[in-house]
Amino acid sequence: MTTVEEPPAATQHAALSIDGLEMSYMVRGTPRAVLRGVTFDVRAGEAYGLVGESGCGKSTTAYAALRYLPGNGHIDAGTVTSDGQELTAMSNRELREFRARKASMVFQDPVQAVNPVLKIGRQVAEAFEVMGQSKSEAKVSALHALERVRIAAPESVMERYPHQLSGGMLQRVVIAMGLACDPTLLVLDEPTTGLDATVEAEVLDLVRDLRSELNSAILLIAHNLGVIRTMCDRVGVMYAGRIVEEGTVDEVFDNPSHPYTKGLLNSIPRKGLRKTDRELFAIPGAAPPIGASLPTCTYVDRCPIGTDLCRTDVPPIVERSDGHWTRCHFPDRIGDVPEPDEVTVDYDIGTEQIIGVNHVSKTFRQRGHDVPALVGVDLGFAEGETLGLVGESGSGKSTLAKTMLGVHEADEGGEITLRGRTMAGKATSRITESVRALSMVFQNPDSALNRAWTVRRILQRSVVKLTGVTGDAADRRVEEIAEAMQLSSRHLDMRPRQLSGGLKQRVAIARAFAGDPAVVVCDEPTSALDVSVQAAILNLLARLQNEERSSYLFISHDIGVVRYLSDRIAVMYLGRIMEIGATETMFEGVNHPYTEALLSAVPSVDGIAEDRIPLVGSIPSPANPPPGCVFHTRCHRAIKGLCEVTVPEMVELSPGHSIKCHLTVEQLKEPIHIDTDAVLAEPAALDES
Amino acid sequence: MSTGDSGTGAAGPAPQSVSQDLPGAPAPAAKSDTPKNDGGRSGRNQIRREQRRVLFASPAFIIGVLIVLFWIVAAIFPTLLTSAGEKEFVEAGPNSKPFGDSWLGTDSSGWDVYTRIIYGARPILIVAPIATALAIIVGTLLGLIMGYYRGWVDEVLSRVLEAILSIPVILMAILVVTTFGKSTPIIVGTIALLFVPAITRTIRSASIAESDLDYVTSAKMRGESGLFIVSREILPNVVGLVVVELTVRLGYAIFTYATLAFLGFVGANVTDADWGVDVAQQFNQIVNDRWWSSIFPATAIASLVIGVNLIADSIDKALKS
Repeated sequence: MTTVEEPPAATQHAALSIDGLEMSYMVRGTPRAVLRGVTFDVRAGEAYGLVGESGCGKSTTAYAALRYLPGNGHIDAGTVTSDGQELTAMSNRELREFRARKASMVFQDPVQAVNPVLKIGRQVAEAFEVMGQSKSEAKVSALHALERVRIAAPESVMERYPHQLSGGMLQRVVIAMGLACDPTLLVLDEPTTGLDATVEAEVLDLVRDLRSELNSAILLIAHNLGVIRTMCDRVGVMYAGRIVEEGTVDEVFDNPSHPYTKGLLNSIPRKGLRKTDRELFAIPGAAPPIGASLPTCTYVDRCPIGTDLCRTDVPPIVERSDGHWTRCHFPDRIGDVPEPDEVTVDYDIGTEQIIGVNHVSKTFRQRGHDVPALVGVDLGFAEGETLGLVGESGSGKSTLAKTMLGVHEADEGGEITLRGRTMAGKATSRITESVRALSMVFQNPDSALNRAWTVRRILQRSVVKLTGVTGDAADRRVEEIAEAMQLSSRHLDMRPRQLSGGLKQRVAIARAFAGDPAVVVCDEPTSALDVSVQAAILNLLARLQNEERSSYLFISHDIGVVRYLSDRIAVMYLGRIMEIGATETMFEGVNHPYTEALLSAVPSVDGIAEDRIPLVGSIPSPANPPPGCVFHTRCHRAIKGLCEVTVPEMVELSPGHSIKCHLTVEQLKEPIHIDTDAVLAEPAALDES
Repeated sequence: MSTGDSGTGAAGPAPQSVSQDLPGAPAPAAKSDTPKNDGGRSGRNQIRREQRRVLFASPAFIIGVLIVLFWIVAAIFPTLLTSAGEKEFVEAGPNSKPFGDSWLGTDSSGWDVYTRIIYGARPILIVAPIATALAIIVGTLLGLIMGYYRGWVDEVLSRVLEAILSIPVILMAILVVTTFGKSTPIIVGTIALLFVPAITRTIRSASIAESDLDYVTSAKMRGESGLFIVSREILPNVVGLVVVELTVRLGYAIFTYATLAFLGFVGANVTDADWGVDVAQQFNQIVNDRWWSSIFPATAIASLVIGVNLIADSIDKALKS
């Protein structure tokens, strides 16, 4: 494989310069190509983003930037240079020195990046001791480092162990350690992926603020296009081990010139897109596995505008505008990339309530304490309706799902009804009709599908158990459902581990539809998937709903996705519904302060910078909920003397739109601006036990 | 099946504008869609075949199998391997040195050591596998139930098992033998009982991990019974572990039986060929420089244990590959 020509925009002494990097992994004795000539520069003070689907080589590039190679990884060609020093030519000793003094890396999971048995203060100080400071100096430096990452009460945080801090707080600590050496190069590998949207926004705010203080070059790896757009100056779009398009974020996201970039952007619901507007674009096929033979254009197998030329000639680098280039034979034909289909079906919603959740509470007993996980939840599902459910982790979304499905039994006084008739609490004591009426699609299909069973058996069991059909009729039904999910009969005889993530989730959805359910609970069904696969799954869910007339309870932290699919949205906090209303109404304005903060936290791929309302601290423990309005401790509009005393009632603002808040519409409409720089992250109170 | 195929093949025909959505998708992409696309029923077999290939390519496994096979043949057809009888006085006379008139020498009773070893394979190869099988069945059952149901069932059984674990092997053997006698079924039962706690613990922790997975939640939501979930959903996922436990415990069981035989806790008559008994009968000859009559049966015990452990290790490695 030959590298074509030098991409433009090479500057001298870039903080990071990767040139024609080719890498392979040794898998069972054969080398498999993972990077196929990656070239880019990151200048000092600049933030450069790398996006792409999983398996495209983003993380490998991130590690290669510090020459951290796994045991089976090998650099076949190319160089990695930082500030004029060539990493690829360094001895191990020089490399260690470089990593200690010039570069830092922040990983996806902060829990794994810290030592669980050392206090935070000790660990942060260690980073300074490596730099040659004495113990006492290092301690002072550590304190300053924690202040720098906007942690309130750093003294108390230093005395804590990692398990006593939340994920967002820990990520701050990890960033503080990373900044200890005042690095020339800071590599962030999916730094916010495991965090809640609100915490993600906080961490991103922090990194953005730090950028202006530091002169570091930042290499940010993320699969979330919104994160890249809001954080980076320039972006490289990676596909199958090669950068296919590069430019400033505005150029690339507003005028994509490579069919892959365009496909990615079309696959996410943006600009308030709804399922009634159009389908999402799902890039056909799947990314090639590492080591696949791709002699010419890496994207040709999935490209909608490819020609024979793309299979015979390596595409050249074509400059579109200053610093914006694409690796494509036909950048001018980008307009030929098909737009997603218009939606021709009507999504009509029935009027009769099929499933009712009436004043359902769920209290767990934990170490002799009552922990109310759900408090007086009221919801109703009409035929063919999607109810989106949002809220931070720990707000009780999954408990509600499990209580509805009979894994937990609701407390006395609440009931779940099917067409007006009360269901039994536990699934095992429900009659088949009730069991059939509710089903669930889980977040992680690897966990949700029995890996010892074939797809056929997984579907068959649900068909037999739920519909009572047996023998040939059951076999036929299984094949019918599989076909509706676009699974072929070949897939039926496979086991889950032989299927890709998207196919596994299709199997899980097929199982959920096996008993003709009235309500399907979808608990983050696409958060483990790549955006192009997510688009296919969301299209499938929308289409199935229309055909089967099922209702969905759609749980997701991705506001864009919830907005796309939902007819109504409910917002949950600490086991209580704080707001519920039609999707249009929810996005039009007057919201519960909690919703307001949630909505403002979303990093948008459209790059519209809005005033963000930070949520201070973390969600309180349900074992010990705040008095009055449970949200008053974090509310930016709380009224002293009222909110912490009186529990607000649900108030209907307009037909179908209700909020649980003391404030009037006028008060809620008042614009509010909070200087996010001034906000410090409060560590959560320590558990007494 | 015939209708299912047309779904992916023709890609575009879906009337409701879902063409973009196809996982199998248009012709050029189909190749990369599923990595292992020789599909069909061979999917499972392929994984199995792969594992079997790893297994058979391992020299440790081959050696282990050869050793164990040799002793199995000895246990079933001793006359194929020796012409002398179990209690036959051979020409060499008592205390003859090995590699002379008799291959492995003769013991103080004038019996041929080699012949005794061949005949001695039978009792150990009857007791150890049966005891192990029994322990595996009980241990797997208990482990699955404890791991799935947790709560008080788990608490109570855990304490009982810990109690058994805390009793030393020898003490337990003395207790059982003096109470119930030394018949073979009693010995089998004793060894099985000793092994149940360890097996239960291993399977229990695997069962706990499985029970936390969503497929179990999904089965509960379907209203499946606990029995179904444990036996059909969870068991197939821990069966690899059961096989590994089986082979590992078999090694221990052989050793335990030999120990009990050495200490005289097994029913065998001292004149019957039995490795442990023979070592016990002959080891005092070592002081007279007549080491062969005890060292060779001891080596037989060791070789069988090693053979079984080689197999156990290789299976474990193959399952993890």
